[in-house]
Amino acid sequence: MIHFVLLISRQGKVRLTKWYSTYSQKERSKVIRELSSLILTRGPKLCNFVEWKGFKVVYKRYASLYFCMCVDPDDNELETLEIIHHFVEILDRYFGSVCELDLIFNFHKAYFILDEILIAGELQEPSKRIVSRLIAAQDKLVETAKEEASSLSNIIAQATK
Amino acid sequence: MGSQGGWGQSKEFLDLVKSIGEARSKAEEDRIVLQEIETLKRRINEPDVPRRKMKEYIIRLVYVEMLGHDASFGYIHAVKMTHDDSLLLKRTGYLAVTLFLNEDHDLIILIVNTIQKDLRSDNYLVVCAALAAVCKLINEETIPAVLPQVVELLGHPKETVRKKAIMALHRFHQRAPTTMSHLISNFRKRLCDNDPGVMGATLCPLFDLITEDANSYKDLVMSFVSILKQVAERRLSKAYDYHQMPAPFIQIKLLKILGLLGSGDKQASGAMYNVLEDIFKKSEPSSNIGNAVLYECICCVSSICQNDKLLKTAAEVTSKFLKSESHNLKYMGIDALGRLLKRNPEIAEEHQLAVIDCLEDPDDTLKRKTFELLHKMTKSSNVEVIVDRMIDYMISISDNHYKTDIASRCVELAEQYAPSNHWFIQIMNKVFEHAGDLVDVRVAHNFMRLIANGEDDEGAGSQLRSSAVVSYLHILAEPKLPSVFLQVICWVLGEYGITDGKFSASYITGKLCDVAEARSNDDTVRAYAIAAIMKICAFEIAAGRKVELLPECQSLIDELSASHSTDLQQIAYELQALLGLDARAVETIMPYDASCEDIEVDRSLSFLNSFVNQSLQNGARPYIPESERPGTLNISNYGAHDQLEAPSHALRFEAYELPKPSPPPIPPALLAAAPVADLVAVPESAYFSTEPHQPSEPLGGAAMSPAEHGLRLRLEGVQKKWGRPSYSSSSSSSSSSAPSVSAPSAQKPANGVANANGAAAAAGAQARDSSYDSRRNPLVEVSAEKQRLAASLFGGSSARREPPPAAPPAAGRRAVKPVATVVAPAAPPAPPAGDLLDFGEPSPPPAAAAAVDPFQQLEGLLGPASAASSQNSTVGAVAADLLSLHADPPASLAEISLPGKNPLAEISLVGPAAPSSPVVKKGPNPQDSLEKDALQRQLGVVPSGQNPNLFRDLLG
Repeated sequence: MIHFVLLISRQGKVRLTKWYSTYSQKERSKVIRELSSLILTRGPKLCNFVEWKGFKVVYKRYASLYFCMCVDPDDNELETLEIIHHFVEILDRYFGSVCELDLIFNFHKAYFILDEILIAGELQEPSKRIVSRLIAAQDKLVETAKEEASSLSNIIAQATK
Repeated sequence: MGSQGGWGQSKEFLDLVKSIGEARSKAEEDRIVLQEIETLKRRINEPDVPRRKMKEYIIRLVYVEMLGHDASFGYIHAVKMTHDDSLLLKRTGYLAVTLFLNEDHDLIILIVNTIQKDLRSDNYLVVCAALAAVCKLINEETIPAVLPQVVELLGHPKETVRKKAIMALHRFHQRAPTTMSHLISNFRKRLCDNDPGVMGATLCPLFDLITEDANSYKDLVMSFVSILKQVAERRLSKAYDYHQMPAPFIQIKLLKILGLLGSGDKQASGAMYNVLEDIFKKSEPSSNIGNAVLYECICCVSSICQNDKLLKTAAEVTSKFLKSESHNLKYMGIDALGRLLKRNPEIAEEHQLAVIDCLEDPDDTLKRKTFELLHKMTKSSNVEVIVDRMIDYMISISDNHYKTDIASRCVELAEQYAPSNHWFIQIMNKVFEHAGDLVDVRVAHNFMRLIANGEDDEGAGSQLRSSAVVSYLHILAEPKLPSVFLQVICWVLGEYGITDGKFSASYITGKLCDVAEARSNDDTVRAYAIAAIMKICAFEIAAGRKVELLPECQSLIDELSASHSTDLQQIAYELQALLGLDARAVETIMPYDASCEDIEVDRSLSFLNSFVNQSLQNGARPYIPESERPGTLNISNYGAHDQLEAPSHALRFEAYELPKPSPPPIPPALLAAAPVADLVAVPESAYFSTEPHQPSEPLGGAAMSPAEHGLRLRLEGVQKKWGRPSYSSSSSSSSSSAPSVSAPSAQKPANGVANANGAAAAAGAQARDSSYDSRRNPLVEVSAEKQRLAASLFGGSSARREPPPAAPPAAGRRAVKPVATVVAPAAPPAPPAGDLLDFGEPSPPPAAAAAVDPFQQLEGLLGPASAASSQNSTVGAVAADLLSLHADPPASLAEISLPGKNPLAEISLVGPAAPSSPVVKKGPNPQDSLEKDALQRQLGVVPSGQNPNLFRDLLG
């Protein structure tokens, strides 16, 4: 099971956190602090895995962003690495050539996407197409809601003229 | 890029994100966030905030919380937002609450109702949002409120909903298996779902269930096998392909399940062989995901019943992993090797060089994994080299968590495989010295016991002890020894310091006084030290010599007599009393080297019979056991009991309690800890368990059932009378005398630190007894094993390699050993290839790698810098395109890319950046590189300083 997902920039800034196991706010900050000092200092050719307090943290660097996932010691690290990649690919599809800025300003979108990929710390949907479709359906709903709202306000505006 | 604009965020929010992005220090960031919190607090509580505005506030709260600040003031608004009718707002509300709240938060009760309503919604997106919240927020108490609805949703027409419902049930099962037990059949049903996504999701709960109890699911083996077969044959929709692999995540889950089901089951395993073989063939070893599947196959093969052909294939794949350049694959290879070793120990021999390379690797992760492997393959023949290595590594690291881990591994291996007690003591000394505060106290107690009666042969035993004494006197000179180690040292010096006459009593007591003085705030060590001094004095008196205390020793005793710790006080007074006794009495109280002798306790207290009879004759009332007394106990009785029963300095509440006709319920710990048969153990464990109980259960001390009460009271009295029960008698019964010697504080009630220590020591000591016995056997066996090793050495099959030049002491040590393996170290005729552990060999590869690394790092640093400077004007290029480098061909010129075919190797910018700046010479021009590096750093850390473009366009 995945215990948490962290996105940290190369400068150690937090871009996204998602906790599937229970951690208090204090513990969270501690985890982030410890892991960023552990992971950001690692050289480029080393393993993408770190053993940490009896867990394993699998991380991967994409441009200036580190994607980290903490898993149980008996989980398959290579698989976790691919789950990260799966996530990044879906982000890429959604944002179209995703970059760190996309995630900085649309972190809530990233959360929605992550929620469609992982649930309760497990991979729920291994198909990119289906995830994208779901997200699109939700966005569409948002769009129509917006349109309705604007047309409604137009009507009101006209009526009150 | 669809990132900026169009998402409806206000300028304020963008400003916030921007200013945080530009913050130069953590302090500045904190200041900005705190300011934002103030703003939000004010705004969010204004009356009639428009809903849309509120949504933004909530998102800003999420942001604040993500940065590690407390946004709890706004939680309630997020909860309110989940009640909203609009899906957009509802979703935001749910997102926020799942991020904010843990399952035990008070506000959850306010959401349950909404969740219930939303689960019934016609809109499947609403249901999905609610289910996502269910997974995170519903706790054991609230499960019943939503369970029926979630189960109903398993039949929902939308597969997404079914999938999430499955995952929600899975979560429920993890939290409260009992509430779910009647619903497990649902998982089986969903396995046959038409949608592969739902089927895949079902594998998660099934995996958990099968881990708990494989036998109930044996009937599913064929289904799993056929699903796996279909997946491997690409029968699933293309949508599930991932990097040209058919549904690899589902394959992996299935392989995990099959591994569990096939373990120890011939028939089930038989059904899997074909499909496993198939997957081995079909998985693409060039992609990462292919390797993930292959690795899972190896795990499966190593856990199901043995099939030689599959094992061979697995071994081949493993060797490919090990030979790979990628550290990740090496890591997996080492892990796989560890798994296969169980099946075929010879497999490792072929990879010895690869294993050694990994051990020498600068990558800590790999190194640790390799130690794990070595731990698995330790035999008595290689234990010395392996443990030496582990200890070297243990000394070199500072991470306490791992240090503890590796220290306990060393201890375990040393206990299990130690070739000689001498070696064992050396290893333990090192472990104590470098990780003393991290090892279990029990280990120390075990160790003392070993020194006391480690060798069967008395001569060797005393040799061992005197060598321990000599080495400890030497070690004492070092500063900053861990407390546990000092305890061991004090104990050994006390027991055996003057045994062989090499050292005078005053010399040893002097040393012990030094220890006690240096550790003036560690009561346990002081207790050990003063007890050791007492023993030495006792031995001197018993031997008929006159004891003259050193002045510093006298002052120590004076100091301890006035100590805050009653424990220390008591020993000090005992010591003073002992000095006044004659030789015969002292000999009885403290017989020499009797720490391992058992003591017999006269449980009927027959020696008091004459006194009792006399009293009865004089008209005293006969003793009535408590159980037979009339119901009322008077208060003074209570007081008396308490003093004897649990004399601690905690407040007594009992005196104010009304007398009760029947004894209050007995705390389970006390009951458990009161096996009347084990007489000596009783008081110890009673202390152990009563002390912690007293604060919470004021009646604990007095709550004993009467029968035990009477019996135990007496025992306590007896023990206290003699102070140190271990020495009060030297005949044998069945219990732990050593603990009382080794841990004086365990015997006596005391307050504060010493008390806690004592309790722990007592617990440890008890555990030790059992663990000790079990440990003795392997040690005895060792010599048998050694003989076998010697035989195999000369037979040359399992081939112990030459003692490597790096570890010559090993040979030396072995030769000294009294046991019959003296031949062992003599140059083995077998080829060195037989052994995995040829550490003596130089390993050029890692060195070479280290030499290369810096350049590659430079390469990485240079790349983005040059790119950024050359393309300053394009926003997109600055935050270089995350994914431009994988499969898709570059779409725009601005994207730095490489026509790489292997997305895994090149997805990170570090690699691909290099080709974009071929002009820069790596080696010969360090200054240039450094300059660019500095520029790049600046760019990275302070984007707005050098490169305002990163943000300018966003705001436009």
